[in-house]
Amino acid sequence: MNKKTYSEIEEVIYSKKLENGLTVFLMPRKEMEKTYAIFTTNYGSIDRTFVPIGETEMVTVPDGVAHFLEHKLFEKEDGDVFADFGRMGASANAFTSFTKTAYLFSATEHIEENVKTLIDFVQEPYFTEETVEKEKGIIAQEINMYNDRPDWQSFMGTIKALFKNHPVNIDIAGTVDSIMKITKDDLYTCYNTFYHPENMTLFIIGNIDAESMMQLIEQNQTEKSFPESIEIKRSFPEEPEQVAMANSEIHMPVTVPRCTVGIKESHQKLEKDEFLMKDLLTTMVVDHYFSKGGKFHRELYQEELIDASFSFETNIDKSFGYTLIGSNTTRPEEFASKVKELLISTKEEEITEEEFSRMKRKRIGRILRAMNSMEYIANQFVDYYRYDINFFELISHIEALTVEDVNNFLKNWIRSERLAVCTILKE
Amino acid sequence: MNSIMEQTVNKNGYNIHFIPTKKFKTVTFVAKFRAPLDRETITLRALLPSVLREATKNYPNRTALQLKLDDLYGAVLSIDGVKKGENHVISFRMEVPNEKYLPEKANIIEKALDLFTELMFEPYLENNLFSEKIVNREKATLRQKIQAIRDDKIRYANIRLIDEMCKDEAYSIHVNGYETDLEQITNKELYEYYENMMQTDQLDIYVVGDINTPEIETLVSRHLQRNGNHDGNPVETTVTRQVTKPKEIIETEPIQQAKLHIGYRTNTAFADEDYPALQVFNGLFGGFPNSKLFVNVREKHSLAYYASSQIESHKGLLFVFSGIAPEDFEKARDIIREQMDEMKAGNFTDEDINETKAMIIHYLRETMDSNHGLVELFYQKQLAGSSKTLEDVINSIKAVEKEDIIRVARKIEEDTLYLLTAEGGKSDE
Repeated sequence: MNKKTYSEIEEVIYSKKLENGLTVFLMPRKEMEKTYAIFTTNYGSIDRTFVPIGETEMVTVPDGVAHFLEHKLFEKEDGDVFADFGRMGASANAFTSFTKTAYLFSATEHIEENVKTLIDFVQEPYFTEETVEKEKGIIAQEINMYNDRPDWQSFMGTIKALFKNHPVNIDIAGTVDSIMKITKDDLYTCYNTFYHPENMTLFIIGNIDAESMMQLIEQNQTEKSFPESIEIKRSFPEEPEQVAMANSEIHMPVTVPRCTVGIKESHQKLEKDEFLMKDLLTTMVVDHYFSKGGKFHRELYQEELIDASFSFETNIDKSFGYTLIGSNTTRPEEFASKVKELLISTKEEEITEEEFSRMKRKRIGRILRAMNSMEYIANQFVDYYRYDINFFELISHIEALTVEDVNNFLKNWIRSERLAVCTILKE
Repeated sequence: MNSIMEQTVNKNGYNIHFIPTKKFKTVTFVAKFRAPLDRETITLRALLPSVLREATKNYPNRTALQLKLDDLYGAVLSIDGVKKGENHVISFRMEVPNEKYLPEKANIIEKALDLFTELMFEPYLENNLFSEKIVNREKATLRQKIQAIRDDKIRYANIRLIDEMCKDEAYSIHVNGYETDLEQITNKELYEYYENMMQTDQLDIYVVGDINTPEIETLVSRHLQRNGNHDGNPVETTVTRQVTKPKEIIETEPIQQAKLHIGYRTNTAFADEDYPALQVFNGLFGGFPNSKLFVNVREKHSLAYYASSQIESHKGLLFVFSGIAPEDFEKARDIIREQMDEMKAGNFTDEDINETKAMIIHYLRETMDSNHGLVELFYQKQLAGSSKTLEDVINSIKAVEKEDIIRVARKIEEDTLYLLTAEGGKSDE
């Protein structure tokens, strides 16, 4: 077991890659009441075309399998896993994103039993034709609920406008039609391929003892057998540099229209250093201009183009990346053209030393604040780990950035053919 | 359990509560101003937080203020208003990194406290009033916020339920205020109300983090001087109200998923001896994923995507929320009512009770791992006039027995059922 101490932030982390390929991270936080554990597979909604384990040909599965699997793993022959956690005083949950599926619990007692339950339920699938059929009704309801939500429609609508072929443009849960096609065999195919320990990470943080916890996990894994691990072959279609649709509209019952401008930040695989630079600088630059106090925010606000619902987010991943800037607005067309104009103007912008050091201070302070949350630490650590980046070194990476870095970034950041607008309008 | 205690000091015009703990990498300040919920003042109180958040005497516009916050290592500031029973509470919150994790020592606590008190007591003024421009701008923002509630169907259905259920009670007052009142508000009226509020509201200040308490106390005393009239007693929230006959309200909107929400009177509030039993009741009934509502409405009959219940602790209310297909309304309603009858009949096992108690205790302890969670726990106690420690609270949940839960269940009365459904009662696909 490796032990690493980060004295500046008073954190210690233990790690080990087990024989079957599973990577385990443990972070004791003795002053906390709670323990949080998250068991993650590098498998999300975009992983729809791949070579199944033990086969040689690419297959494409119906949309929504990753999310469907997430639902189904909670159900066992002898009942529902939620009840098992409940009996042990834990609250469990799971989520599926574009790139990962995660199962998690938090508990303040019976930590060891809960860890075993977590590992075992994810590693012991139980699907039958009948239970798969029954789940379709529940998932269809969930999809319909999302369809009623303007915020979700505007999020997915913008992603669809940005990406032409990349499967990030497909709803994470699939559609009511696509999930109806999912079979028990599809579930097993995806499960066997993507839930191999080699493709998974277990992160536990909280009121734990690292030695005995690691022993328990190793013991549990030694008792199970898995096939030899192979590197998973995934296939993604060619994605053009420019956006799929510069403008799109969705009509649904809303009182105030919502408009989002999307930036296609990346459309193909990024290497580690390239990713890190892009991730840090995009986040800091978008925040600099669009957060309260930012120059662009001020202009939008003064022209009354935005309200309190204004928000922005950046997500840079291995094979795709986007920034979304959106607001409820009574004048969506003006909002869109103003945001685009401001974005294009960044080519001529120059950030000063003083501004950049404030940007760095803010980012560092915000990371420290977010570290109050054990969930945040665990989730971020696992995310960055996929890139071979150590989350706890992020602060020193930020300190090392220079004003030249950010100004070079600005010169090449925005190109008009990589911007898309999605508007939610009244029916 | 790691013990967490608050130390309270009564100052002239306010209470200051210290919560020293090593759990967090930040230091958090929270100030809570409390007054009775009142239809006459609610729209003013709903508007004030965003006006005060805009600017202060020394940072006269939002950019200057934000740059100051960014300089303080991205200090986070929020100001908002919520209902607590029949009280209205405006909270100022500021959080800064603890200096010991920063690459340079910056005296950040004192600077933060300086700004924090300025936000409350030295707003930005023009001719001794708030800026006309800021007020008009924030009025427009609040108007949009009031209108946008219609787009969030779950929240909208819940507000409509409370409107109908608590028609003549202060509790039904909308926390965001009213559009008609908003139009009438003048800059002068708002500023006069603000001055009045600063004088008369009950004020509690909380400081959470790895702090040196005497040092912070000296700092706060230096920065915060307050005089005025405040009796310090929270408004007594009216708990009981006779339910004569349950009401049923059905409304339509062009939606795919219907919202079926039901409101009950629990006749049990936070300070009552029965409150821990009510918490266990709620956990068994609809508070958790293994509860009756979840298992029977969602899982067994695949009727709903969500089905849960929640208690309002000061007013003594219980709400059931469910999202269903419009054509399943009667079926879902009957199953929900059956679950309530099962609870009153005591049809749950000792094992269910133990699990639920463990979950409640878990959530309570989990809340103690959050800085803002800790403040809310201590403030809720303060509001209810409870002198229990967090350990006492946990022990009182452990002590709940089956007959306590049945007794509490039998005190619960259905008051109003509210259904927001698709036109024609069918999904409009």
